[in-house]
Amino acid sequence: MDQQGRLELIEAEADEGATPVDDGSENSPAPVDSTDADLGERANDSQPPVAAKPAQSPPKRRASARSMGGKHRAISISEFFTKNRHLLGFDNPAKALLTTVREAVDNALDACEEAGILPDLTVEIDPVEGYDDRYTVLVRDNGPGIIKAQIGKVFGKLLYGSKFHRLKQSRGQQGIGISAAGMYGQITTGRPVTVISRTGKRRPTHRIVLQIDTRRNEPKYLSEEQLEDWDWDHGTEIILTIAATFKGGRHSVDEYMRQTAMSNPHAHIIYRNPRGVDLVYERQVHELPKEPEEIQPHPHGIELGMLMRMLRETKRRNLTDFLKEEFCRVSQRNAEEIITETAKRVPDRQRNQMLRRNPKAMERHEVEALFQVLGETRLHSPPTNCLSPIGHEDIRTGLFALFDPGDYDPSEFFVTGETRRPAVYRGNPFQVEVGIVYGKGLEGDTSAEVYRFANRVPLQYQAGACAITKAVQSLNWRQYNLTQPRGSFPVAPMVVSVHISSAWVPYTSESKEAIAHYPEILSELRLALQVCARRLQRHIRRQRKQRDAEKRKQYLEKYLDPISEALQEILGFDEQEKARVSVQLTELIDPQEVEEESEEELEVDENVGRPRGRTEVVADPIPETTHLAEDGTPVGTEEAVAEAETVPEAVKQEAQATLGLDLPEGGED
Amino acid sequence: MARKKTIDPEKADEITIDTLAKLARGIHQSISRGRYPELISPVRSLQNVKEFRKRVGYLEIGEKIKTRTLSVNTVKTFAQTLKMMSLSKDLVETNDFATKRDAYYQSKNWGPAAFKDQPESDTVMDDIEAMVSRYGLGREHLRYIPDEHGGSVAGALKVHDKDLETGEPEVIDCTRFGSGAYSIPSWVEHLDFETDADFVLCIETAGMFQRLQSHKFWRKYNCILVSLGGVPSRACRRFVRRLSEQAKIPVYAFVDCDPYGVANIYRSLKVGSGNAAHVNHLFCVPQARFLGVTPKDIVDYKLPTHPLKDRDIKRANDALANDPFFQAHPKWQNEIQRLLDMGVRAEQQALARWGLNYVIDEYLPAKLKKTGSFLP
Repeated sequence: MDQQGRLELIEAEADEGATPVDDGSENSPAPVDSTDADLGERANDSQPPVAAKPAQSPPKRRASARSMGGKHRAISISEFFTKNRHLLGFDNPAKALLTTVREAVDNALDACEEAGILPDLTVEIDPVEGYDDRYTVLVRDNGPGIIKAQIGKVFGKLLYGSKFHRLKQSRGQQGIGISAAGMYGQITTGRPVTVISRTGKRRPTHRIVLQIDTRRNEPKYLSEEQLEDWDWDHGTEIILTIAATFKGGRHSVDEYMRQTAMSNPHAHIIYRNPRGVDLVYERQVHELPKEPEEIQPHPHGIELGMLMRMLRETKRRNLTDFLKEEFCRVSQRNAEEIITETAKRVPDRQRNQMLRRNPKAMERHEVEALFQVLGETRLHSPPTNCLSPIGHEDIRTGLFALFDPGDYDPSEFFVTGETRRPAVYRGNPFQVEVGIVYGKGLEGDTSAEVYRFANRVPLQYQAGACAITKAVQSLNWRQYNLTQPRGSFPVAPMVVSVHISSAWVPYTSESKEAIAHYPEILSELRLALQVCARRLQRHIRRQRKQRDAEKRKQYLEKYLDPISEALQEILGFDEQEKARVSVQLTELIDPQEVEEESEEELEVDENVGRPRGRTEVVADPIPETTHLAEDGTPVGTEEAVAEAETVPEAVKQEAQATLGLDLPEGGED
Repeated sequence: MARKKTIDPEKADEITIDTLAKLARGIHQSISRGRYPELISPVRSLQNVKEFRKRVGYLEIGEKIKTRTLSVNTVKTFAQTLKMMSLSKDLVETNDFATKRDAYYQSKNWGPAAFKDQPESDTVMDDIEAMVSRYGLGREHLRYIPDEHGGSVAGALKVHDKDLETGEPEVIDCTRFGSGAYSIPSWVEHLDFETDADFVLCIETAGMFQRLQSHKFWRKYNCILVSLGGVPSRACRRFVRRLSEQAKIPVYAFVDCDPYGVANIYRSLKVGSGNAAHVNHLFCVPQARFLGVTPKDIVDYKLPTHPLKDRDIKRANDALANDPFFQAHPKWQNEIQRLLDMGVRAEQQALARWGLNYVIDEYLPAKLKKTGSFLP
C-alpha cells in the first residue's frame, strides 16, 4: 500500500474514533472501500488467526459469529499510536528525542513562514533532574501564535492540522507529529504538555497545560492561565517532557539543527543541547522564501480512495463541474472528454446522463472507470507555484555558513548550488536542488557526506532506502575526477546536499525518513547532481593544474639555485650577477605558465563560490508549466537543449543503462 | 695520430680549468641572452664508434651528439652537472682528487641537487667526461679517478712521483720491490719515467707476472713488466701509454690464447674500449704488439688445450662481425678464424707443461727474437 492510501485509512479511522460508533456490530454499514476494511482487519488483533494446519477431522467450532462480534470495538487513533509508535518515529529513546524536536521545529518554521515572519527559534533540551533518561524539550518561535480555542486541538488531538487537506508545500503534512510527541511524552513520563502562546502585542498570553485523552483522541486541560508578561510580542512555546537518550552522530539532534540551519538560512536559531552547549545559527538571508501557493490535486496524482472521498464530499452537483472545480488543469473540454470516455466504459450510462451525474451518487464501477480514464487522459502538468525551493544562491549561503573555512580561498574551498526547474511525478510537482561543498576543512579520505532534505527538513534515518542516496551512489563520480568505490558514495572532502520540494513529497513511510524511487525524481536528482559535479570537476581540474604548476615552480626553484651557484663557483662572478642569473633562469622557465593561468580565468561560473548575499530572485522564475507544452506533449525547454549539449555521451549511456532514463536529447526531457 | 689530442701534462690543469670555464661561460651567456642553455656531449655507446683507422690507432668516437636543453625535466641533471664541474675545478685548484664514490658523497652537501645513489653520479661524471673529451681531456684531468686501481709494475724503471702534500719529488725504483711490485696509482698524469729498458711486456695473469718477476726476467732482457690483471684499467693503459711514449720503447702483450685474451684484453689495451670511446685517445697503447700466445703457438708448442666454450665462440664471432679493430686487420681475422676452427683455447701457463721456467728459458727468448712477426 502506498503512502497516500495508508494515510487515507488512518484518517478514516480517526473520524470513527472521534464519533464512537460501534461499527463492529453485524449491522454496521458496508465499508466504503476496500482500504477501510483492510484497516479494520489490521488494527483489530482480536480476530482469530486462520487455521494453518489442514484438519484431519472437521475442526470444532470454538466461537460463533455472534459471540465474536461482541468483541469488535472501535479503537481510537491515539490508542493505535500507543501500540504502533514506531510508525511515527518513536521507535527508540534516541530517535524519539529527534522526532519530538523535529516535529516542533517543523511546525514553528511552517507557522512563521505562513504568517510572513522571519523565524526566530529557540530550542532547548534539558535533562530532567533525577533521571538520566528524561528530557524536557522546549521549542519557542516568534510565529503568529495560536488562538486559545485551537491550542488544545493542535497539541492534544492527533490528526488535527491545517496541512493535510490541502496541496501546498510545507514541512509537516499530516498533522500527526506534534500531538504524537505529546502523547509519547505522556505515555513514557506521565507529564503533560505545556503550551504558551500569544497572537499579538495587545493580546493576552495563554499558558495551557494539557493532556491527551487517548481513548477519545481529545485534549484534556489540566490548567489554563494568562501570563502577565511574556518577552515576546507573538509566538508559541511548547514544553514537553519525554523519555529519551541524547546521542551524537549522524542521527543526532545536533546534526538535525545544523542541517536545519543550512536549509533555512532565513531562520535565526538558538539551540541549547543537554550538555549545556549553546549553538547560535545566525540568520544568513533576510528575506522569507517565496510563499508556496496552495493547489488542487491533479488528476494524475490521485488514488482511487481519494477520488471516492472527493466525490463523496464535494459540493458540486454534477460530474462536469466536479472535475472542473475540484482538480487543477481540467478545462470544460477536458472534463467533457473525460466523461465521454468514461461513459463508453460504463455500459449502463449514456454520455449525457454521465455529464450531469451527481458525484455523490456514483456507483463503484463508475468511479473505477472514471479513475482509469483520469489516469489516461493527457492533461497539462500541474502548476508549480505551489513550490518554494531554497534557490541556488541560498543553498550556497547555507552551506557556506555551515562549513565556513574562515579565510576563504577559492582555490581550496568550493561551493556550488543548483536549482532544477520543477518537474512532475504522477501529477505532483516537485523540484530538486543540489549543493556541493568541497575542500578545506572537510575530511578527505572518507566517503562524502550526503545531506538529504525534503521541504527543507533534514532526513536523517533510512538513508539506504532513499532515492537521494541511490541517485548519489549511481552517479559515476569517477567521470568527474573523484574516487568512488563501485556503487557507493565518492571518497572526497565533500558534502552533497540534496533538497526535494513538493506539495506532496513521496516518503516511503509516515515517519518521513526516505523518499520513494520514482523514476522522474531519480532522473531530476541525477541531472542536478551532474550539473554540480561538472562544476566541481572544473574546480578540481583547475586546482590540480594550479598545484602542478606550483610543484613545478618549486621543483625548478629548487634546482635553479644550484645552477647559478655552480656558475658562480666556476666563473667567479659576484653575488649581484648570481642573483641576476637566478632571476633570468626563473623568467626563462616561467612564461608558459602565466599564459595558461590567464586562459583559465576566462571561465566564470555564477553558481560557484562565495555567495554574494541575498539577491532578489530566489531561483529561476518558475513557469506555469514545465517540460510540457500547451497540448500536453513534451517539449524541449531551452535548458533541456543546453543540457543535451553539455551532457557527455558516456554519462547518457550510463544513465540509460542504470536507470533506464532518457536524458534530454534536443526535443525530449 | 693520437698525439694530436693529448694534453701536455705541464699545462693539463690550466687547460682543464679553461675548458670548464669555457663550458660554464657558454651556459651563462645563453641565460643572459634569454636562451635555453644547452649541454652538448657525444653519445657514449658502442653504436657511436667510427670505423677503425690505423693512422689514428684507437677506436674513435662517432659524430652523434646529445644535447641537453634546460627544461623542467632536465633542470636537476643540469644543476648536478654544473655542480660536478665546479667540484672538478675545485679539485684541480687544490691539487686534490676524488674517486667516483668520493664525488658521490661530496654531492651530499649540494642541498637539493645531491645525488640519490652512485650510479646517478657516475652517469653525470661520464657525461662531463664526454663533454670535455671534445677538448682532449679525460676524467683524470678533471681529478676524478676510479675506485679500482690497475696493475703492477716491475723492472728497469724509475717512476718520478710527487708528494701530494709537500710537492717533494719521490723516486720509485721498480727494480727494488723484491718479489713484490709497484702498484700503478689511479692517477698517472703527473708521473715521469726514467728508464733505459728495451721494451714493456704486458702480462695478462698475475701468476705469470709473479714468475717473471721472481726470476728477474726483466734483468736478463732489460725490460719492464706490467701485470694487466685481466682487462687493463684506464690508469694501467694510461700508464703504459705514457711510459712507452716517453721512453720511446715498444710494448708487447702476452696473454692467453682465447677470444677473451685477444678481443677484450689486448684490444682494450691497444685501441681502447667501445663503451668509453670518447676517451680512447688517452687510454690506448697504439704501439702495442701481440707477442702471444698465438693459435700457431698452440700447435708449435703442443700446448695442452681446453675446448672453446659457447661464450668464447660467441665472443669470437662478435669480434669478427662488429669490432672495427678486427675488421680493419685481416691478419687478426685469420687468427680468430683459425682459433674457431681449432675449437680450442690455451692459457699462458700451459707452457708449464714443458717445465715451470720453460716460458723464461725458451718461449719468450724465442719470441723476442722475431718481434717483427708479432701480430698487430
